[in-house]
Amino acid sequence: MDVLMLSRLQFAMATMFHFIFVPLTLGLSVMIAIMETYYVRTGKEVYLRMTKFWGKLFVINFVLGIVTGLTLEFQFGTNWSRYSIYVGDIFGSLLAIEATVAFFMESTFIAAWIFGWKKLSAKMHCACIWIVAIASNISAIWIILANGWMQNPVGYVIRNGRAELDDFAAVLSNPFGWSQFLHNGFGAFVVAGFFLMGVSAYHLLRKNEVEFFTKSFKMGIICAFIFSIAVAVQGHGHAQEVAHKQPAKLAAMEALWDSTDSAPMYLLAMPDEEKEKNAVELFGIPGGLSFLAFNSFDAPVKGLKEWPKEDRPPVLVTFLSFRLMVGLGSLFPLLCIWAWTKRKNLVENRLLLRVMLYAIPLPYIAIWAGWAVAEVGRQPWIVYGIMKTSDAVSPIVTSQVAFSFIGLTLLYTMLGACEIFLLTKFARKGPEPTKA
Amino acid sequence: MLETIWFLLWGVLWAVYFMLDGYDLGLGSVMPFLAKSEKDKKTIYNSMGPFWDGNEVWLVTAGGVTFAAFPKAYAVMFSGLYTALMLLLMALILRGVAFEFRGLVESDWSRKFWDGAMVVGSALPGLLLGVAFANIFQGIPINAEGVFQGGLLTLLNPYGLAGGVLFVLLFAIHGCLWLAVRTTGDLNARAGNLAAAIWPFLVAVYAAFLALTGLYTKLLSNYLTNPILLLILLIPIFAIVMVRTYISTQKWWLAWTCSAALIFSTTMFGIIGLFPALLPSSINPAFSITIHNAASSQLTLKIMLTVALTMVPLVIAYQFWMHKIFATKITDEDIGY
Repeated sequence: MDVLMLSRLQFAMATMFHFIFVPLTLGLSVMIAIMETYYVRTGKEVYLRMTKFWGKLFVINFVLGIVTGLTLEFQFGTNWSRYSIYVGDIFGSLLAIEATVAFFMESTFIAAWIFGWKKLSAKMHCACIWIVAIASNISAIWIILANGWMQNPVGYVIRNGRAELDDFAAVLSNPFGWSQFLHNGFGAFVVAGFFLMGVSAYHLLRKNEVEFFTKSFKMGIICAFIFSIAVAVQGHGHAQEVAHKQPAKLAAMEALWDSTDSAPMYLLAMPDEEKEKNAVELFGIPGGLSFLAFNSFDAPVKGLKEWPKEDRPPVLVTFLSFRLMVGLGSLFPLLCIWAWTKRKNLVENRLLLRVMLYAIPLPYIAIWAGWAVAEVGRQPWIVYGIMKTSDAVSPIVTSQVAFSFIGLTLLYTMLGACEIFLLTKFARKGPEPTKA
Repeated sequence: MLETIWFLLWGVLWAVYFMLDGYDLGLGSVMPFLAKSEKDKKTIYNSMGPFWDGNEVWLVTAGGVTFAAFPKAYAVMFSGLYTALMLLLMALILRGVAFEFRGLVESDWSRKFWDGAMVVGSALPGLLLGVAFANIFQGIPINAEGVFQGGLLTLLNPYGLAGGVLFVLLFAIHGCLWLAVRTTGDLNARAGNLAAAIWPFLVAVYAAFLALTGLYTKLLSNYLTNPILLLILLIPIFAIVMVRTYISTQKWWLAWTCSAALIFSTTMFGIIGLFPALLPSSINPAFSITIHNAASSQLTLKIMLTVALTMVPLVIAYQFWMHKIFATKITDEDIGY
C-alpha cells in the first residue's frame, strides 16, 4: 500500500471513530439540558437524578469525542499537506474559527458542569450544560461548513497557485453546507433519541425505576420521532442538491450507468463496476429517480458513463451505503410511531422494549453510512471539481504512515472497547438510589 | 503588516498553550514522585480535572491558527514532524481518557494502567514539544519544494534534545507549583520540595540551552541587530529567580505565576528570534518558510484577526472565571473522602 491509500484509510478510520461520539454528544447534551431545566424549574428530584444518570453516560462519551477530534485537526497537516497548502486560506480558517468560537466553550463549560455541582448555583450549573449543548452544535456548524466547502466550493478564486478566499459570506451561507449540517444534526438527535429509548428499555424490561425510565423513554420517543421525520424530509431536499451539484455522486448512489430521460429507480439492484452495469435490477419504478432528483418523471439524469472511469466515485460502496441509510431512515419513524402508541403502558410491551434495546446501534449505522455516501461519493475529488484526493496527499515516507495507522488503530480499538465496557456498565447500573 | 501581527499572535498562542497545558502535563509526569497513597493520587487528578481540557484547546487553536494564517507553514511543519506529532497525539489521547476512565473502574490493575497512561502521556508531550520547537528554532532540512528531507532521528540532535529536556523540566516545576497552589499539608510540602529540588537542574539546563542557542541557531541575530530586544531576556531571567524566591516563602500562587511567565517569555524569546521565518530550512535559508511565502490572503488574515480579537478575550475571561471558582484548595469532600 502507498501513502495515499494508507492516509485515506487512516483518515476514514479516525473520522468514523470520532463520529461514534459526536452525534450522541450533539443530541444528548440538549436532552440533558432540558432535564436539568425541568429540575431547576420544578425542583422535582426525579429530574435531578435523570440529569445525573444521563449526564454520566454523556461525559463518558464526551471525553472520547474531544480527544479523537485532535487527530482530525492534525491529520490535514500531517497526511494532507498539499491539500492544506492549496485550500488552507479558506478551509484552515473555518477550523480555526471553530476552535476559538465553540471548542473552547464546550471544553471549559463541560468541566464547570462536571465539577460544579456544589460550587455553582443551580441556575448557573444548568446554564453550563446549555452552553455545552449550544457550543457543541455551533462547533458542528463550522466543521460541516468546512466539509460543505469541500463538497461544493464557493466564494474562492484560484490565485497565487492556490484557492484563496474571495467572498466570506458565500462560504458562510453555502447552502450545500447548511443542508449537510441540518442533515447531520437531525441525524444526531435521532441517535440520542434511540439511545434514551434503548437504555430505558433495558431497565423497563426489568421493571427497574419505572417512573424514571418511562419519563426518559418518552423524551426519547419525542426526540427521535420529530427528528427522524425531519431528517427524512430534509434528506430528500439534500439529495436534490446533490443531483444538481454532484451528478456523479447521484449516479453512484443510484447505480445509474447510462444517461437517460425518465430514469427509473430500482428497489433492488447490485452494481457491477467491472462490467459497467448492474448485475441485478429488480422492481423498477419508471421515472422514479428522475422525479426524486428533479421533481419531474421525465427529467434527464446523467449516468456514470458520462465520466471517464477515473473520475467516477467507487460505485458499490456509495450505492450500498445510500441504500443502508435510506432503509434505516425509513424504519426509524415507524419504530417511533409504534413506541408512541404504546407509551401509556411501556412495561407491558416487552417486544417493543426488546426491539428498542437492540435498536440502539441502528441510527449510528445510518449516520455512518450517510458519511460514507458524502465522502466516498465525492471521490476522486477531495474538493469537488478543484482538487483530486491523489494530488492532496503529503510527500512523506510510507513507513511513517504505516506506523501511525497501526498505532492509531490499536489505540482506538482499545479505547473503543473500554468505552463500550464503561457505557454498558453504567447504563446497566442505573441511576443512583434516592437519598433517604 | 497583517503578516507580522499574525506572526506574533501565532507565537503568543503557542506560548499560552505551553503556559497552561504545561502545568497539567508537568504534574502528570511527576505524579509518581508526589503521590504516596490513593488519596494523594485522587487529589492530583482532581487538581487538574476541571482544567486540562480547556487548556488543551489552546493546542487546537494554535494548530488551527497555524493552518489558517500560514497554511504552508502548517503543512510543512506537520508533515515534516509527522512521527513526533503522531506520538504526541497518541500520548494526549491516552492521558485525556485517563482523566475520565480512571475513576470509573474500581480495580487495581485498571488504576495502575491509567496511572501509567497518565505519567507517560504527560511526560512524552513535554519532551516532544520541546524537541519540536528546538528544531523549529534551529531549522529543519526542508528542500525548495518544502519537503522534509529526514526522519524522526533527524530531530533528535543535541539542540533538539536539549529543548526536550528543558520543556520537561519547565513543565515539571510548573506542575509541582500548581499542586502546591491547590493543596495543604503533606502533599503541599512534597510538591514545594520537589519544585525546589528540580530548580537547580532547570537553571543549569536553561543556561546550557541559551548557550547552545547561540551555537546552533540564528535566533540571536534579530537581537544583535536590535540590541534593545535583548531586554526581553530579562523577563525569563527575573522570573526564574523569583520562582525560587517564592518557593522559599511558600507564596504558591506567585511562584506559579512566575513559572507561567517563565514559560511564556522563553517561548516568545525564541519566536521573536525566529522572525520573519516560521520554519527555517537548514539546507538553504532561501528554502525557509517565512511569513512572506506562507501567509494566507489579506482577506483571510483580516477576517481571522477580527475573530481572534473578539473571541480570544472572551475565552480568556471565562477561563479566568473558571480558574477563579475552581482553583481553590482541595478538600476531602472534593475527592469523596
